[in-house]
Amino acid sequence: MSLWMLVIWTIVGCYAFKLAGYLVPARVLDHPQIRRLVELLPVALLAALVVVEAIADGRHIDVNGARLAGFGVGAVCVWRRAPFLVVVIAAALTTALLRLLLRSG
Amino acid sequence: MSVRRDSVGVGLAVGAYGFAFGAASVAAGLTVLQSCLLSLLAFTGGTQFAVVGVVAGGGSGGAALASGLLLGSRNMLYAMRLAPLLRVGGVRRLLAALGTIDESTAMAVAQPDAKDGRTAFWWTSACVFTFWNVSTLLGALAGSVVDPADFGLDAVVPAAFLALLAPRLRAGAVERRIAVLGAVLAGVLIPFTPPGVPVLAATAALLLSVRIRGEVSG
Repeated sequence: MSLWMLVIWTIVGCYAFKLAGYLVPARVLDHPQIRRLVELLPVALLAALVVVEAIADGRHIDVNGARLAGFGVGAVCVWRRAPFLVVVIAAALTTALLRLLLRSG
Repeated sequence: MSVRRDSVGVGLAVGAYGFAFGAASVAAGLTVLQSCLLSLLAFTGGTQFAVVGVVAGGGSGGAALASGLLLGSRNMLYAMRLAPLLRVGGVRRLLAALGTIDESTAMAVAQPDAKDGRTAFWWTSACVFTFWNVSTLLGALAGSVVDPADFGLDAVVPAAFLALLAPRLRAGAVERRIAVLGAVLAGVLIPFTPPGVPVLAATAALLLSVRIRGEVSG
């Protein structure tokens, strides 16, 4: 699959999901079990993504100190219920500064 | 009116994060145009990051698409929740669908009355859409010139996923257990499977276990 196909199908699929919710009568898909499964799905997905994005590089476990430290700082901000933007900036700043220091040190 | 002001604030905060997406996207190998199209027409942050994240890790297009669509399926639930509130038809419905994301839904359902709910939805989706797309373009252009890693943007991705995950963790013990298992499963699978698969396999395994154990009723 080329990148263009990936982009196009991501767009089509995402929009289809959004529109479907407006078109389908709530009764049809609003079965409590299905609803619960769909609610839990992002939990599993997001948790897996956090791990993979934090410690992996392809098939290798790549524990990059600066990135992990930035992620750690971001995680603390999330735990302290900091605003989204604060989490993002704190993580980025930490990692960038550490890299700068490690490079020049 | 505080609903509008809050919507602008949310739009700014979330939209600024689009900068990281733009940079991450071009770092993964997508063009500036492809990155901008994703933000314009897919317009769902978690999915966009998941897709470029799998690509960046060397994963197949199929794995990237599957991860992205699985994550994006929650927007359908949001749409179902919003439909009776917004009462849109025709072109407005097509527009409402595009704007149906975490933040616009959350702002809409948080309002005590329906009129404020509709205001919150339209203002939040419009603000997030504007800022998200402008910052995606800026981030993609910047990422084409400088290395996003120099700005620590690679740490932003897992941190942002964690920020998306956190409210769900606070929702209950089932959620926390699933998150821990998902994280461990995915981590264990990384060295043994192609990129993109750990995320999908962990998700599939957990959904199966939830069904079998009948914890669906929560």
